[in-house]
Amino acid sequence: MKPPAFGYAAPRSVEGALSLLADLGHDGKVLAGGQSLIPLLSMRLTAPHTLVDINRIPGLDNLSIAQDGSVVVGALVRHAELLAHEAAFAALPLLRRATSNVAHPAIRNRGTTCGSVVHADPSGEMTAILAITGGTVQIAAHGVAMRSVGAADFFLGPLESCLQPGELAVSVTFGAPAARSGSAFLELARRRGDYAMCGVAVTVTLDEDDLIGEARAAYLSVGPVPEVHDLTAAVAGQPASSADWLAAGELATTLVEPEGDLHASADYRRRLVAVLTERALPQAAQDARARAEVAA
Amino acid sequence: MAGEEQFTVSLSVNGTTTPITVPARRLLSDALRHDLELTGTHVGCEHGVCGACTVLLDGAPVRSCLMFAIQAEGHDVTTVEGLAGADGQLHPVQEAFRDCHGLQCGFCTPGFLTTIAAALDDVAPGDSISDDEAREIVGGNLCRCTGYQNIVKAVGRAQMIRSQRAGLSADEDTIGDSE
Repeated sequence: MKPPAFGYAAPRSVEGALSLLADLGHDGKVLAGGQSLIPLLSMRLTAPHTLVDINRIPGLDNLSIAQDGSVVVGALVRHAELLAHEAAFAALPLLRRATSNVAHPAIRNRGTTCGSVVHADPSGEMTAILAITGGTVQIAAHGVAMRSVGAADFFLGPLESCLQPGELAVSVTFGAPAARSGSAFLELARRRGDYAMCGVAVTVTLDEDDLIGEARAAYLSVGPVPEVHDLTAAVAGQPASSADWLAAGELATTLVEPEGDLHASADYRRRLVAVLTERALPQAAQDARARAEVAA
Repeated sequence: MAGEEQFTVSLSVNGTTTPITVPARRLLSDALRHDLELTGTHVGCEHGVCGACTVLLDGAPVRSCLMFAIQAEGHDVTTVEGLAGADGQLHPVQEAFRDCHGLQCGFCTPGFLTTIAAALDDVAPGDSISDDEAREIVGGNLCRCTGYQNIVKAVGRAQMIRSQRAGLSADEDTIGDSE
């Protein structure tokens, strides 16, 4: 359980990191919070030639709210910082609702939100949040313009993103919530802080009469990549206080294709999709009404 | 491994800075135990699950098995050895674990002590940690002996000891008789 030998560099600027990563190509691997990478190293599941430690680069720990209300999280912002950030919570409450489910406090003190997204684990909370908020990843590489990739194109498969050798994800941007919308996050794990057997992030948007205009959900631990499903058909036009959430949950089970493993069978995960969806949607509807009242 | 590049790292641990020479892959947990011979930090799972190796990095709990020693340079590390006062007085959480029988074999205890000590520091004066919050605080630490009940009790007891001590030190003249 010790990492294999590797080369190590700790550049002091983004440019320095990019030029190192460009030289290293496939041999380079970025080290940020390390809460997923270091276990992989210790279990000898990966053996990069050189680690490029970005922790000494100033400026990558910025967390800001853009003009349009989206939340930009720099590559060195730790989960714990995002969790405690009041402006980020006010702009996008779903961030705190999800981040509080990421592992344990000691892991959140070190692990980064951006790193979690790049790790592309379909059982990760922040991958689902990036997907449902229509978020993007900002990717830099030596000598080329920064590119921004939407969640749908970023996640290619379990632990696989579109990030190329030589590239560095410098920030992730979580999209602003729609007007008159609310959100909720629920997950079920065997033990607190463990990987969820199933989790769901939902948003509900209401029209001017508090009738449901849109209901969407993104799931974790039920597919190879975070998928966003539209559940509006089951509840469209219904009053937020008495919508047929059960039908929305049942609709969701027809849209997901979970696989079974040691922790939960495929059928059980599908059942969890129904139950968690049915529980989360009314919370999001209530949140939407509360936020609409505050905004009014 | 012959020829592996070595780095000189200044590790600041419990207020003392010591230079060590290690390869980049030296985990902070191993540097503490092997290079600094501070064996209070225990190594259980070595992949971040059990919490036994938890130390404080600039006051915040982190897994020392999920960090390289070279990354700790420039930061203040506190291990379980650094919790008690210079005069040997136990930290409130250490005293609470003794009072509440919060340990049996003791292997996981250093991780619990550092984690809870940091949580106590985060509590504003006058506030208190509920049992549910205590469970969240220790949720990332595994104990195979106690069943956790006494550990949760110890969190409450540690708070009590801490506020008692704060009261006593503010009112030092009156403590002679009661002791």
